Amino acid sequence: MLEFEGNIGTATIAVIIFKNLVMPINIEMPKLSDTMTEGTLVSWRKKAGDTVEIGDIIAEIETDKATMEMEAFDEGTIVEILVQEGTKAPVGDVLAIIAEEDEDVSVVTAPPAAPATKAPAAAASTPVAAAVPTATVAADGSRLRVSPLARKIAAEKGVDLTTVKGSGPSGRIVKADVESAKAASATPVAAPSSAAPVPQGIFPAVGADDKVTPLSGMRKIIAERLLLSKQTIPHFYLHVECDAAPLMALRKQINAQTEQTGGNKYSVNDFVVKAMINSCEEVPAVNAAYNGDSVVEFANVGISVAIAVEDGLVTPVVKTAQNKSLLEISQEIKAMAKRARDKKLLPNEFDGGTITISNLGAWGVESFDAIVNPPQAAIVSVGGIIEKAVSIKGEIKSGLRMNIGLSCDHRVVDGAVAATYLNAVKKFIEQPTLMLV
Amino acid sequence: MREIEYRDALNEAFDEELARDENVVLMGEEVAQYNGAYKVTKGLWDKWGDKRVMDMPISEAGFIGMGVGASMLGVRPVMELMFWSFHSVAFDQLVNNAANVRYMSGGLCNCPIVIRGPANGGTNVGATHSHTPEGLFAAFPGLKVVSPATAADAKGLMKSAIRDNDPVYVMESTLLYGVKGPVPDPNDGDFTIPLGVADIKREGSDVSLIAHGQSVLVALEAAEILQSEHGINAEVVDLRSIRPLDQDAIINSVKKTNRAVIVDESKPFCGVSSQLITLIQEYAFDDLDAPIKRVCSLDAPAIYSPALESEQLPTPAKVVKAVLSIS
Repeated sequence: MLEFEGNIGTATIAVIIFKNLVMPINIEMPKLSDTMTEGTLVSWRKKAGDTVEIGDIIAEIETDKATMEMEAFDEGTIVEILVQEGTKAPVGDVLAIIAEEDEDVSVVTAPPAAPATKAPAAAASTPVAAAVPTATVAADGSRLRVSPLARKIAAEKGVDLTTVKGSGPSGRIVKADVESAKAASATPVAAPSSAAPVPQGIFPAVGADDKVTPLSGMRKIIAERLLLSKQTIPHFYLHVECDAAPLMALRKQINAQTEQTGGNKYSVNDFVVKAMINSCEEVPAVNAAYNGDSVVEFANVGISVAIAVEDGLVTPVVKTAQNKSLLEISQEIKAMAKRARDKKLLPNEFDGGTITISNLGAWGVESFDAIVNPPQAAIVSVGGIIEKAVSIKGEIKSGLRMNIGLSCDHRVVDGAVAATYLNAVKKFIEQPTLMLV
Repeated sequence: MREIEYRDALNEAFDEELARDENVVLMGEEVAQYNGAYKVTKGLWDKWGDKRVMDMPISEAGFIGMGVGASMLGVRPVMELMFWSFHSVAFDQLVNNAANVRYMSGGLCNCPIVIRGPANGGTNVGATHSHTPEGLFAAFPGLKVVSPATAADAKGLMKSAIRDNDPVYVMESTLLYGVKGPVPDPNDGDFTIPLGVADIKREGSDVSLIAHGQSVLVALEAAEILQSEHGINAEVVDLRSIRPLDQDAIINSVKKTNRAVIVDESKPFCGVSSQLITLIQEYAFDDLDAPIKRVCSLDAPAIYSPALESEQLPTPAKVVKAVLSIS
C-alpha cells in the first residue's frame, strides 16, 4: 500500500481526500467562457467565517471577456479563502472552502496548499453554473450514494435521484427507494414539450439583478423550431440590392389615391409579398419542402408572414396567395397583424405556409440573413429602403435601395435556382407595374 | 431416500467405478491395507486386491508423478493426498505436468487423473495441514477443481471426475466425512453429477449466499438465522465445481436477489471469492442493489489454537453480520 501511495504523489492524494473522505466543498475558479484559462479574483463578497446560502454572490471574477459574479451552489460556512483579491488563478483552482456547520475544519485546512499542481480533471468538477443537479451529486454537493440497480431503475423511470431519500447503509439509495419515489417525482425532464436544450458550456453567473423569465410556450416553440432548423437544414444565403425608387413612386401614387377615397393603405411589405408570390409562380422549385425521401413542390403559395409580438414572433399564413390580389393580400396581412397583437390568431391560421417573409426594414436594418422556417425551403429577408449613392452608367446619383436576402435549404434548392428566384423578386420590385397585370 | 455418510458416498463412487472400468486404480498413502487415514477407502482393498488398490510410500512427488505418467498411458488413477496441504511437495507434477500434458502434446496425450483428499481448516491441525488450495489450482488452465459439500454431491461429482479425460482435483473435507445426507440407491441406476453445474441448495429472494464445500453448510445455517431472526430470505448457491465454474447460475441468482455475499473458507487475497466478485461486477453490475461482500478466513496462516481458529474461519454469525451490513 505504501508503494502505491508513493506512486500517486501527494498532490493527487490531497484531492482524493477532499473528494471522498471529508465533506467540505471546494469553491473552484469557474470556466466562464470557452477561451478562459484563468481568471482574476476581483473581490470577495464574503470572508472567512461568513455563512453562505445557495445563490449568494460570493465573489466577482474577471475573465478575458467580462467581470462576473460568482454564485454559491452549496451552503455552509466559508472556512478559508485561499486566493486573495486581485490575484489570478487558473480555472479549477480552489479559491475557497465551504464546510457544513459541524464539520471538523482542521482536517480540511491542511491540504489546500497543494492544489496548485493538482490534476486538471478537477477543473470540470464544479463549474459555477452547475445549478442543475446531476445524478451523481446530492443537493448539498456531496456525492450521491446510489446502488447500480437503483440508478438503472431511476434512469428507466425518469426519477430524479436528487429528490430521493436513501434508506440503505450510509444513506445509499436502493431499489426500494426508487420504486417508491418514482410516482412522486417522475418529472418529464426531457419530455418532448420542453424547450430546446440549453447549449453545453459555461453559463454566466446569474445574479440578483438579472431578470429570469421562465420560457413561455411561444418561446419554447421558437427555440425548438429554430434549433431544429439550424441543426438539420443546410442553409445558404444570397442577397441582391434592388432599386426601390419605382416601387416607392408607385406606392406613393396608389396611396395618394386611396387616401382620398378612404381606401386601403399599402405598405412596402405588401408589394414585396406580391413580388414573392409572382416569383414563386415563375420559379416553383423554391416553393417546396424536403420530405425525407422526396421533395414536394407545392401547387399553392402560402406566405408565412413573420410578425413581431410582445414576447416573441408569430408567422400566420396568407393562404393560396397566388389567387389573391394586392388589395386582398394587404388587407389580410393587416388583419392578421392585429389579431397577432391581440393574441387572437386561430391555430388554422398557421397552416399552409410554403415560404416565409421576414421584414426588418421598419427597424432600419439594411440587410440580414433569416433562419429557414421548417419544413419550408426558403425565407425572404427584407431590409429597409435606404437612400444612398449609386453608380448608374458611370454617374453617381442618389438612389433608393432595398436589400432582399434569401436563405435556402440546400437539400431542396440549389444556388442557381435560388439566384433565379431572387432575381425574379428583384425584377418585380424594380418594375412594380408588372405585379399589377 | 437412504442417508449415508459423505465418506461412504465417496467409497460407493470408487467401488462402482472400479467395477465399471478395469483401468481405474486407487493409490495413496494407507488407502489399501489401512482402509485410508479417514476410512474413505474402507474395504476396497479387500474387495479389489493389490492391482486395483495400492498403498504408496510417503513421497507425493514420486507417486503423483507416477500417476500422471500412468494416466497418459490409459490408466485412470484416483490418487489420495492424505491432506491437500501436501500438494506443495508434488507441485511440479500437479501443475507443470498434469495441467499441461494435453496442451503440450497437441492433444495426443490425455491426463485422466483424479487427485483427491481433504482440504479444510477447523480441525486444529496447524498451518501446514489446513490449506484450502482450490483457488490456487483453479488458477491453472488445464485443471478442473471440484469441492462437494454433501454426500450426494461427493458421490456424483467423484464418478464424473473419474470418467473425465482431464485432471480433476477433488477437494473434500475431514469435517464433512462423517456428515450424513441422502444419496440415491445404486440399484436405482448410475448416479453422476456433471462438472461445472452449480446447485441452488436453498431458494431465496433477498440475497445470494455463494459458497462451496464446507462453507455451503455455514451459508445454509446463516440463511436459517436470517430468515427466522431478520426476515431476510437468502438463496444459497453451491458452486460444487470451482472450475469449470457455473457462471450463469451465479449471475442469474444475483440478478434475482440483487445482493451477493460470498462465503469462502479460502483466504481472501486472490481467492475464489475474488474471482466471483469480478464475475458479478462484470456481468451483473446494474443488477446490484448493494456492494458485494465476502466472508472468508482471516488473512493469516491457519491458527493452531482451537479457540482462535474457530474465529478465523467463516461462521454463520459472520455471514449474518455481512448480510445485515448491506440490507
